[in-house]
Amino acid sequence: MEVRVANVRKEFERFPALHDVSLDIKSGELIALLGPSGSGKTTLLRLIAGLERPTKGTIFFGEEDASQKSIQERNVGFVFQHYALFRHMTVADNIGFGLKVRHGPTRPSAQEIRRRASELLDLVQLSGLEKRYPAQLSGGQRQRVALARAMAIEPAVLLLDEPFGALDAQVRRELRRWLRDIHDATGYTTVFVTHDQEEALELADRVVVMSQGSIEQVGTADEIYDTPNSPFVYGFIGESSSLPVKIEDGQVWIADRPIGLSAPQAPQGEATLFFRPHDVELVDECNGCIAGTVAASRRVAGTRRVELEIGGERQRVEVELPVDHPAAQKSRVAFRPRRWKLFPAV
Amino acid sequence: MTTAPAKAGWRFRQPSVIPGFGLTLGFSLAYLTLIILIPLSGLVWRSAALGWADFWAIATDRRTINALEISFGTAFIAAAVNVVFGTIVAWVLVRYNFPGRRIVDAMVDLPFALPTAVAGIALTTLYAPNGWLGSLLAPLGIKVAYTPLGIVIALIFIGLPFVVRTVQPIMEEIDKEVEEVAATLGANRFQTIARVLLPGLAPAIVTGFALAFARGVGEYGSVIFIAGNLPYKSEIAPLLIVIRLEEYNYAAATAIAAIMLALSFVMLLVINLVQTWSRKRYG
Repeated sequence: MEVRVANVRKEFERFPALHDVSLDIKSGELIALLGPSGSGKTTLLRLIAGLERPTKGTIFFGEEDASQKSIQERNVGFVFQHYALFRHMTVADNIGFGLKVRHGPTRPSAQEIRRRASELLDLVQLSGLEKRYPAQLSGGQRQRVALARAMAIEPAVLLLDEPFGALDAQVRRELRRWLRDIHDATGYTTVFVTHDQEEALELADRVVVMSQGSIEQVGTADEIYDTPNSPFVYGFIGESSSLPVKIEDGQVWIADRPIGLSAPQAPQGEATLFFRPHDVELVDECNGCIAGTVAASRRVAGTRRVELEIGGERQRVEVELPVDHPAAQKSRVAFRPRRWKLFPAV
Repeated sequence: MTTAPAKAGWRFRQPSVIPGFGLTLGFSLAYLTLIILIPLSGLVWRSAALGWADFWAIATDRRTINALEISFGTAFIAAAVNVVFGTIVAWVLVRYNFPGRRIVDAMVDLPFALPTAVAGIALTTLYAPNGWLGSLLAPLGIKVAYTPLGIVIALIFIGLPFVVRTVQPIMEEIDKEVEEVAATLGANRFQTIARVLLPGLAPAIVTGFALAFARGVGEYGSVIFIAGNLPYKSEIAPLLIVIRLEEYNYAAATAIAAIMLALSFVMLLVINLVQTWSRKRYG
């Protein structure tokens, strides 16, 4: 189902957690809410679920205004970071819970509920564990049960709050792929919250980057990574280096030297230059380039990361060099960013 | 790696490399023996001196049976009532923040601290036919003081903190997310409480029940004031023991005590087994 968040504001005891957030989620989409802690991503998820009421604004499920509905009526599947399984129920009873609490004719027979539960267990690859109790499962297995339980009610939307946050790295990567497969197989509109950008970029159709209670950018992994629209997104997603610069005559200047980048569209004056440490071109002759003294050099996996001090202000930036590049031995390195972006100085 | 042949015979499993097991187990056994086992075995020994026929005569005496019925019956009812209301009190204290919460919280412990005789006298004054509450109930034909109902009320008073204090800490640990998940799955408030919250609290509630029940069976001070102590009607077993003692009939007193001991032990054992079972199940 389509979900539309329209101009939602949320305050907790006068403290604003979300300012005027709007977001359209397409039917069947897998969308990630990504941001540092305190960015409001979990609040937004809980608002969609109905676990919180917006201070202002509306949330639509399809054409219907869901803000007026209770949590029970919204029919959302919610998965918590710490699973929140019912400890005193078997796996099968956990999964069947949402069907068992229904009233009247909408409630399937006990036999049908059992059948659904074992069908869902097959889907989450835990066949045969119906009779186990949550305490007898591993973290990854518990989270699969929690997801199966959420899907049992055939939810309008599936909402996952840091679903893999409590699991170790190995299981996490595994479950990530598995969640993608489940999503492709079932087609539920899914929103998940994460602070792990790798998870968001790899898994989601679209990523919503949030910061300080606002949405910074919404886009595919490529859009977010290649064309960040704000200094926050540039800094938050992937590695980045930044330098204070000056724009004059359509040229980018550091101190009193042009660095060989032309920016005819940029307004005159102070600005900040952003680039990716791995996306630079080393130059021998510094004829319009950025040059700096090597302050530190670290070997990181397949590359060498060099920290440079630039200019009189000794601004530090990082660039990545191939491991065997001769420049790594030198005390001065000159380079020019291949891809870069200017943002007005704050 | 080769495994050493299993040593013949039975031995302790090494509990941990950190020392202390031998010392603490030895201390516990010595302590329990001194404080509990020796007095109780003295009791059994004294009543055994009575001879089987005499013992049986005392045990099947109408007055003894009635006293035991009243003691165990009223303690059971009072503990059951306390389970319901004690759980509600604990819920209110854990879940809601209201002015005076700390005071209410402290009040729960008063029955622990108050001399039981004071409680008994206060309750009797209240529920006597001419007392504040008794005079209101009298026209309705409800007699509280000097009846088993009065005993139940005194035992409810005495047992309340046991239930509240055992349930409260477990309730504090309930994860709010579990309730939220139940709500998103469509469960209404009643279903959430009945199917999700209460089963999780069951072991603690059973413990609270056991403690309140055990306390009620042994309670003497508060009950004798309100009970009226009519033989066959509102006479509790502990009182009967005291009466026998005052008659210098030590054998009969110890016999009744031994019967109470056996009954209490069996009931607490059963409750303990129920608990172990539910703990194992619900992890």
